[in-house]
Amino acid sequence: MITKLNHVSVFVLDQDSAYNFYVNKLGFNLHTDAAMGPGMRWLTVCPPEQPDLEISLMAINAGMMFNEESAAQMRALVSAGTFGFGVFECKDLQATYEELKAKGVEFTKEPTREFYGYEALFKDDSGNWFSLAEAKAG
Amino acid sequence: MYPSSKVYLYRRVLNAKLFIEQHYAANINLNEISGEAFFSKFHFLRIFKSAYGKTPHQYLTAVRITQAKRLLQTPAPIVEVCFAVGFDSVSTFTMLFKRLAKQTPALYQQTQAERQRQLKNTPLKYIPNCFAEKNGWVNNRNFQ
Repeated sequence: MITKLNHVSVFVLDQDSAYNFYVNKLGFNLHTDAAMGPGMRWLTVCPPEQPDLEISLMAINAGMMFNEESAAQMRALVSAGTFGFGVFECKDLQATYEELKAKGVEFTKEPTREFYGYEALFKDDSGNWFSLAEAKAG
Repeated sequence: MYPSSKVYLYRRVLNAKLFIEQHYAANINLNEISGEAFFSKFHFLRIFKSAYGKTPHQYLTAVRITQAKRLLQTPAPIVEVCFAVGFDSVSTFTMLFKRLAKQTPALYQQTQAERQRQLKNTPLKYIPNCFAEKNGWVNNRNFQ
């Protein structure tokens, strides 16, 4: 029986910039930052109230996972905002929206009441998009 | 969207939160912080807590302890870290650090130094094998 998710990958264009975005703008905690050889780095962050979910900020480099061509394709797809990786939750959407916007986070949808909940959409510094939803009461 | 009056309140409270994040190392007090939001102290406390789940004082302490944790990743003396993040008493710093981090600053610093050592010498302990394999890291003996 699967009990939980503990690692998830987000492909990013630049790990230094992604670190700044996720830690200094979103307020996530750094979990692990390990140099793995020239140009390679294992970098994971966690949402503040979810220390056991590591989000791996994966660089898109030609190597084992990608060849030159697929790395270039992947970078283009990420930049174009093709991938949506998930839904983050907050206690107060309007307050979080105002704060992140003040910190320079780009929103593609302002807080909006939908039939399924209250949500906004934002992009990370690479172009990946996420939904930001207000936790439902109860 | 919220009515514009509520957005206006949020923006004012946000200014106070950002003020804390920028000036945590200084000797700021609640009156200064509520002044930043242009509210009466009581009204300010209520709205701040409702937006961020903590009182401004609790938030200030949390920011200071978070910054202290960053500084304790280095061999900086505890006293230096204490003053650098805005506390003026080592005993208060130690007590609050222990309350929030569940260990003393000295033990936290030791634990982090050991973790840094392991990350450098045996990073694969921290990486699920599937990711390490996909990246070709398991073939590097230095990481074993």
